[in-house]
Amino acid sequence: MGRFHRHDDETGHGHGHGHGHDHDHPHDEHLGDHSGYETGADRIVVLERIFDENDRRAAENRRVLDDAGVLTINLMSSPGAGKTTLLERTLRTLPAPERVGVIEGDIETSIDADRLAAAGARVSLLNTADGFGGECHLDAPMVADALGRLDLDGLDVLFVENVGNLVCPAEFDVGAHRSVMIYAITEGEEKPLKYPVMFRAVDVVLVNKLDLLPHLDFDLDLFRANLATVNPGAEVIELSARSGEGLEQWTRWIDAARSQPATSGA
Amino acid sequence: MHELSLCRTIHQVVEKAAGDRKVAAVHLKVGKLRQVIPGTLTYCWGLVSADGPLAGSQLVVESVSVVGSCRSCGRDTEVEQVLVLVCAHCGAAALDIVSGEEFLITTIDLDDRTPAARRPVS
Repeated sequence: MGRFHRHDDETGHGHGHGHGHDHDHPHDEHLGDHSGYETGADRIVVLERIFDENDRRAAENRRVLDDAGVLTINLMSSPGAGKTTLLERTLRTLPAPERVGVIEGDIETSIDADRLAAAGARVSLLNTADGFGGECHLDAPMVADALGRLDLDGLDVLFVENVGNLVCPAEFDVGAHRSVMIYAITEGEEKPLKYPVMFRAVDVVLVNKLDLLPHLDFDLDLFRANLATVNPGAEVIELSARSGEGLEQWTRWIDAARSQPATSGA
Repeated sequence: MHELSLCRTIHQVVEKAAGDRKVAAVHLKVGKLRQVIPGTLTYCWGLVSADGPLAGSQLVVESVSVVGSCRSCGRDTEVEQVLVLVCAHCGAAALDIVSGEEFLITTIDLDDRTPAARRPVS
């Protein structure tokens, strides 16, 4: 992000007296005597990033997870792309599903949480409609709350299954080490261009529902080209959570991430 | 639709910074890469601030364009509509985003028509 600079006049609501600052702590600025109008109006310069508090809580989550040695993956997608089915399949493929945790974010119901618990995972459910105002995403304080209900010492890997949504989850760091997106080929090739913030926020895109490819006009090369324009560094793994095709590459990726030093998530 | 929770965060920051002084307006800088709808934000501000100490204050949103700096020729390109990170000058697909991701509270205008305990006498 570029160096911050102010242009009071651009807002159309400024009170004149452009005054460049790079501070990030509040201090009072008395403009009344200098501006020549709106005499006496005081202005407090704040320059506080609105995500600062969330990011601070996310860093705390990451430190707790680092201490416990739990690789944490933030899993995001639109509704119906196959997050829960992929997790079920992943749990059946991994050697020790009982050492896998899932923080399940859903606006309502425990349907997905019950499916994943049945597949052997330790599940901590966050219904965002239950005390969180029906949020369309998970944020760091919510995840901190869910972490408190998991025995982290008993886990190797933790998936944060975010709320199905291609917009809001991309904005909130939850404290994961990796960000992964599941993208179903039924969603069309152009989505990276329409939701660039989400596609830029992830390390890997799992291209799911590959078993449907013969029945669709989906152009994989065009999708990869669109993805590369917004996120040239993103890895792509093609798979089908239904048939199991490509699952091995995905579990190898998880193993590799576990053995690599933790990086801070998006 | 995360504008409501963002407004709650903004409200906390402003309340803390203003103390018991009356606030007239809160100024934000919001990059266009932030998926925030300014109109929704100001609407939610009305809901969040109603009945509280910041009731009646105005939220003023300044949008910041998305600009990428070319790693190849060093010049800036303003990116519009579709996020395609290609330099408009030399065509290199090597733009680093230098603005457009801002999301900050810049200033708070105080309303001096109400007595404020902490303001110095001038």
